[in-house]
Amino acid sequence: MWQLTRIELYKIFKKPRTYIAFAAIGLIILLIQLAMYADGETYLEFMLQNINAAFDIEGKKLNGFFVFYLILHTLLVHVPLLICLVAGDAVAGEAAMGTLRLLVAKPISRTRLLLSKFIASSIYTLLLLTFMAVLGLLGSVALFGVSDLMVQKSDMFILLDKSDVLWRYAAAYGFAALSMMTVASLAFLFSVFADNAIGPIIGAMSVVIVATILTTMDIPVFNALKPFLFTNHMLNWKGFFDRPVDVREVLKSALVLLAHIVLFVSLAIAFFRKKDVLS
Amino acid sequence: MKYGLLFAGLFVASVAVAQKEEALLQRVRAKMEKVNDYTAEGRMKLDVSFINAPASKVTVYYKKPDRFKVKKAGGISILPKGGVSVNVNALLAGGSYQTVPGGTSTVNGVATTVVKLIPTDEASDVVLSVLHVDEKEAVIRKAVVTTKESGTYEILLNYGAYTAWGLPDKVVFTFNTKDYKLPKGITFEYEKGGEKKVEEKAKSKKGTVEITYASYAINKGVDEKNFR
Repeated sequence: MWQLTRIELYKIFKKPRTYIAFAAIGLIILLIQLAMYADGETYLEFMLQNINAAFDIEGKKLNGFFVFYLILHTLLVHVPLLICLVAGDAVAGEAAMGTLRLLVAKPISRTRLLLSKFIASSIYTLLLLTFMAVLGLLGSVALFGVSDLMVQKSDMFILLDKSDVLWRYAAAYGFAALSMMTVASLAFLFSVFADNAIGPIIGAMSVVIVATILTTMDIPVFNALKPFLFTNHMLNWKGFFDRPVDVREVLKSALVLLAHIVLFVSLAIAFFRKKDVLS
Repeated sequence: MKYGLLFAGLFVASVAVAQKEEALLQRVRAKMEKVNDYTAEGRMKLDVSFINAPASKVTVYYKKPDRFKVKKAGGISILPKGGVSVNVNALLAGGSYQTVPGGTSTVNGVATTVVKLIPTDEASDVVLSVLHVDEKEAVIRKAVVTTKESGTYEILLNYGAYTAWGLPDKVVFTFNTKDYKLPKGITFEYEKGGEKKVEEKAKSKKGTVEITYASYAINKGVDEKNFR
């Protein structure tokens, strides 16, 4: 299986489009860091105007942990779209190139073949997140230093001690990995049905965009839908920045995401096993 | 003639009482004036319904007459606006106020004399201070201060090892809080849907800051940069 996965990884990293996501993420992170470095204090004043009216906040408010938190907020909504680029291409890309028929003619079970493709897509997803974490966290810490982390919610202001922050980022990374693998598995499922990569990429992106919009719109009629939208559970990485962490809520969302991954990959395998591969 | 004598007697009596209060405050001030500056190590706990912050070790800097700063080493500290009020020295600094006797009271089991201070400076943010003064130790045990900007707040002080300097071991500062609400778009927070959390915390309009002092370094000089 590892041999197959390595071949799939080779294919992924041979394509220039794979690096679009790394370049885009790197650029966004650098732009945010640059903007914060140049005018972060003004941004902070705006963010804290409500609390500044009644409280004096002393200390290094603009610090690496805060900037990385801001980066995560901005990026974790958009990274799913970049992941679709690779996961949506996994099977459909082969079909488009005409190599899929050749591939399934090999003495390897379709299940193993598909699983290796999914594992390779997941590794790509993890590498992308790791790249984001390293550049975002280490870069921000190097530029802004460390201090306590201020987390602002609509009705609560949370201050986390700097010694209490890193494990939260590690846990949020694990949760984000689960979220992004859910998106990858959706794009992967769509990829099984198409003969060119554009369809599954756009299809998965559309589902993520529509579900994200439904998640973010605060309209009662949509609120009933939200518990069933995986995009709603994807936002629960923020749960690790509560004090105390609502473990039950975070765990519930993690399980929902895990169930989605299992469902999407199982469906992909089930359909692919019966698929009449003509291209 | 009889009424004249009565008024004169009452006037003399009230002046005598006011003088007694003033003398008491002089004793308190004399004690405080021994302290030119201090650096204190302590632990601060903030209890406000909409702020979730851990108790933390802080360093408190003070310099005469009313410069006061609370800092958390390498971290962030939050104090209510006008946090200088956590320091009672600021209340007596300057001495431009009129004293009015307010009787007696008991604070944490200690008998105190109540003195009301009315600032004579019209520009002063403080409108009225009610001090509960421990006559025996010549220290303020409790102060209720009404300000123009921040409403009314209360300071409770416990004394121990540094009573001789008029410095407390523990200060509990109670203040009024305003509502805290930010648009969800700004905080990137979204309505989750499903079952709503009913246990919405009863949001108190009062907040407290508690500073427990572990040690003071008195009159050793405090660097200016600590007040920036």
